Amino acid sequence: MNEKNALLIESAFKEYYFNRFDLIHVPQKATEREFGYQKFNSGMTRHLVIKNDKELHLLLMREVPSDVYCSNAYYSFPNLSMSEKDWKGADLIFDIDAKDLALPCRKDHTIFKCNSCNNHMIEFQSQCSKCGSTKFDIVSVGCMNCISESKKEVTKLVDILTTDLNVKKEQIEVYFSGNEGFHVRVTNADYEQLGSQERADLVDYIMFNGAIPESFGIKRQNNSKTSLPTFEEKGWRGRVARKLFSSKSKAPKVTREIITSGYSAFQVQLEEIKRTMGVRVDPKVTMDIHRIFRLEGSINSKSGLSKIQCINLDSFDPFLEACLLGDDDIDIMADCPIQIRLKNKKFGPFNNEIVSLPKYAAVYMLCKGLGNAT
Amino acid sequence: MLKIGAKDLAKYPFLTEAGEYLRNTGLSLEQLGDPDWQPIVEKAYGRIVVASSGQIYGSDLEALDNDSELLSFLVAIILLKSAGIATLIRRFSLAESRRAEKYLQQDLWISRDKKNLELPLKIIQDLFAVNVSIDNEDFVIKVPDYLQRAVHFHEKEWKLVNRRVANGLVYLSAHETVRLIRAELGEYINGKIQSVNVDSIPQSFRHRVEDLVALAKKFSDTTYVSSEYPPCVKHGIEVLEKGENLPHSGRFLLATYLLSKGQTVDQIAPLFKNAPDYNERTTKYQLAHISGSSGSGTKYQCPSCEKLRSESLCFAIPDCDGIINPVQFGKKRKIQ
Repeated sequence: MNEKNALLIESAFKEYYFNRFDLIHVPQKATEREFGYQKFNSGMTRHLVIKNDKELHLLLMREVPSDVYCSNAYYSFPNLSMSEKDWKGADLIFDIDAKDLALPCRKDHTIFKCNSCNNHMIEFQSQCSKCGSTKFDIVSVGCMNCISESKKEVTKLVDILTTDLNVKKEQIEVYFSGNEGFHVRVTNADYEQLGSQERADLVDYIMFNGAIPESFGIKRQNNSKTSLPTFEEKGWRGRVARKLFSSKSKAPKVTREIITSGYSAFQVQLEEIKRTMGVRVDPKVTMDIHRIFRLEGSINSKSGLSKIQCINLDSFDPFLEACLLGDDDIDIMADCPIQIRLKNKKFGPFNNEIVSLPKYAAVYMLCKGLGNAT
Repeated sequence: MLKIGAKDLAKYPFLTEAGEYLRNTGLSLEQLGDPDWQPIVEKAYGRIVVASSGQIYGSDLEALDNDSELLSFLVAIILLKSAGIATLIRRFSLAESRRAEKYLQQDLWISRDKKNLELPLKIIQDLFAVNVSIDNEDFVIKVPDYLQRAVHFHEKEWKLVNRRVANGLVYLSAHETVRLIRAELGEYINGKIQSVNVDSIPQSFRHRVEDLVALAKKFSDTTYVSSEYPPCVKHGIEVLEKGENLPHSGRFLLATYLLSKGQTVDQIAPLFKNAPDYNERTTKYQLAHISGSSGSGTKYQCPSCEKLRSESLCFAIPDCDGIINPVQFGKKRKIQ
């Protein structure tokens, strides 16, 4: 990022961190966690211990980081090197990102930015229409459809956690990630000891990965209707039954069809169920028991929006509630071919023009690489 | 309080209660040296010989005197500790755990209807800190307890997604419940034997101890370790050489690594000869499967360093720097 842009964003972040101490707290068991941060145009600083809110606020004011992270793991010695930390446990975390959902709306809010001449294109082309370069940065701007589809994944995840895995509602915290998705943190003592492999199997359960027909009563031969799952069953067997039969009255007919169609056809049905009912989380995040994860309350430098907790997920609007930077006007050179919506106001499209925008919108464009400080 | 009888101890002679039972009989080690007790020493010796050949020692609990079952187990431990041969101890632990597994499964199954599950469930709870309870026809354990054990199995049916799960519990049959704790049962019995101290033994035991030393020679073929092997592979070979049990993932590493280095199934199979559960036919069949020459035809690749680290099978040394798979070990080293 060019120096002028970095300075503008840094000053907006500093103002936020100074004014909104109320939103930024260390998580529980802070002294046992590893903290890390990044500054603009600089590498990652890790293995830090931050004992309380005061120390955190001091760091934020002193360093004005572009991004701040905190481990999901608890250690005896969080400030030592990875091999010496002495891992004690870790919260169960999930990352739901709209870009992993591959929604049809994505093409409407994705911008291809030429690496050589900065030309912006809305539709994918194999080479830049201006300079012929074939290298592009792909930038996605906020989209309400992406957010509402991601929310559906969060709801599915919370349902599995509470009904199948016996996690209490109050042990689940849902956060807007600060860009295009949601982070879910589970603090349940039963699960915090699980290692990476165990979490990988747990995430496969949540995603409905690796299900075999035998587990749902379909063998390669000699199938009987009694072994198929029923409507009332709990867990995935019940979910699969409700999906396949759609209603109790249809169950006998569908059962006959399933048994006649056989093993391979059922396998195809399970694949379809995985696509529609499995929760689309990023498995790498859940499996990682040493990850430093974006700190709640901090700003995401990919957008200038904050990672904040969603108390009421259904009504949550990240482009209103997580857009917390100042609103005094700033002039920037904006080059944003798609209209964006923040705080219920529309901005753009702009074609390489100097515009005066509220700070939150100016910073959003700079963070997305769709504008430059003047 | 749960009453554990002589018959229970014959089935599960490794329980702490066994020592107490023996104390109550007033029998001492010196007394066991008396010629009258020689049949017990012979029975104990036979128990070890059966175990060392990879078989499970069978007891007829209905026909036999239950005390001799318990005593022969305890004398077997004394003989094994006196001989001090790790291979024999491992083989004995493995065979005894399979034997106990069989009884545990029966007890869970038979007492299920009578709701008299106290003993088998207590054994599982006390020994492995796993709380198993019963729900209608099934046994249930908490999801995290299940995951910590089931991840070591590679069959798809053990994946959580293929189990019945509800309210944080996994539903299992008696057989599956016992299968889940198999490895721990072996470890437990082995740990018990390791913790026993034998100062002196009666004269009448000595002959059989010498026989055990002679028996162990059969298993002590040495295997050549090339200096080019990475430390993880060396570790696996060493474990097998000692006659200790190498987990499935470790055996898989050895097989895939050596196959990738151009060794044949026939060349690799003898390496596993010292494993406590060695069976030539099974080993060759499994090696052929891994090599892709039988079964689905998939040739399995050597697991990555990352995977080995997560399985605690990585023993990295500075020479491992910059490699992501054990097969790169030699090559990288030559470049340096």
